[in-house]
Amino acid sequence: MRLFFALLRRELRLSLRHGADTLAAVLFFLVTATLFPLAIGPAPETLGRLAPGIVYVCALLAALLPLDRLFGADYEDGSLDLLLLSGLPAAAVAAAKAGGHWLVTGLPLLLAAAPIAIMLRIADDALPVLLLGLLPATLLLSLLGTVGAAVVLGARRGGVLLPLLVLPLTTPVLIFGVAAADAASGGQSARPHLLLLTAFLAAALPLCPLAAGAALRGAAE
Amino acid sequence: MRRNKAGDGVLEAEGLASIRGERLVFAGLGFSVAPGGALLLVGPNGSGKSTLLRLVAGLVRAEAGRLRWQGADALADLAEHAGRVAYLGHQDAVKPGMTVAENLSVWGFRDRVAPALERVALTSLADLPAKMLSAGQRRRLALARLALRPAPIWLLDEPTLGLDVASVARFGDMLAAHRAEGGVVMAATHLPLPLPGAAELSLAA
Repeated sequence: MRLFFALLRRELRLSLRHGADTLAAVLFFLVTATLFPLAIGPAPETLGRLAPGIVYVCALLAALLPLDRLFGADYEDGSLDLLLLSGLPAAAVAAAKAGGHWLVTGLPLLLAAAPIAIMLRIADDALPVLLLGLLPATLLLSLLGTVGAAVVLGARRGGVLLPLLVLPLTTPVLIFGVAAADAASGGQSARPHLLLLTAFLAAALPLCPLAAGAALRGAAE
Repeated sequence: MRRNKAGDGVLEAEGLASIRGERLVFAGLGFSVAPGGALLLVGPNGSGKSTLLRLVAGLVRAEAGRLRWQGADALADLAEHAGRVAYLGHQDAVKPGMTVAENLSVWGFRDRVAPALERVALTSLADLPAKMLSAGQRRRLALARLALRPAPIWLLDEPTLGLDVASVARFGDMLAAHRAEGGVVMAATHLPLPLPGAAELSLAA
């Protein structure tokens, strides 16, 4: 456990040192979400209706940005061998990486989602549900993204392959996350959608690190 | 099967084989290293020296054969085996964005960072960003990682590449201290290494 947290601290420290890379994802999120009112017009009822979908799609795309460097830098400079030899199982290394990705990308996206949603005139009832849904959603994006990043490691043009691999896997997140916010704005219960999201997270939490760990071992060979 | 001196080895291998791509790199490889012993891997480029080191580290799967540590199957639990191994690859794995001391402390052994830096004479550069280091200094920083964690098996891939004479001598002291404690060293190299009494394992291309 001590090793796990040492690894997590290493991730955070590296991300802080490369602050520009870390900020890029959040700025990308802010900029793409700001483009929507310009493209589809500022009418509040249209924007408010689309707001949850816009927030989710933009957050999804923004979370993909730092993924190809998640293992890429460590793979190129030989650190990946040392990570696998740190005494932790490969799955724990992947879990630490996913945790690092969530803390430096997922959590800032979650925080930035509130002002963006308000700017897009989201219904008042839907905002808390949107943010509540984004909590498991961003965690899921980090977990699924870690699997994708580990699988394409060492592949030529891995950066192009990565979204093609990860985006289809994230469709349940998109469907139930947006459905929860829509249900809340329509006066219905968002509970079933949020429960399904959480169930998906409960499955991904053990499975994704295992899959990513196996892929890391394969990449190191 | 090639065998150097058999006997009371702690690290023993028999019948090891490895396939990279579609090519058989080596097969039927055996060796035995006693506590405090050293094994020098020699052979032309592409003869599988690095592959053998990675195999013993547990990074590459053995297609056949067995590796034993103190009589038990070493590769049965890879995470446990990793705790026994200190591996130094071709690459230095130095993060240019962090300082010299941080490059060691991120591995979670904060109290051992200062002594480790002293072993490779980098103490005066501890707070310098690692991107300012020369190639030889980066290599020394990678060597310092060996002293960070007590691991009985040192696996070294061209450890002295780019080092000056004084650094090689200091590295010799590190190796001697490690072997005096009963540690085992396996090294692949084309350069003379300060490993007195090392057995040689020659790999053919």
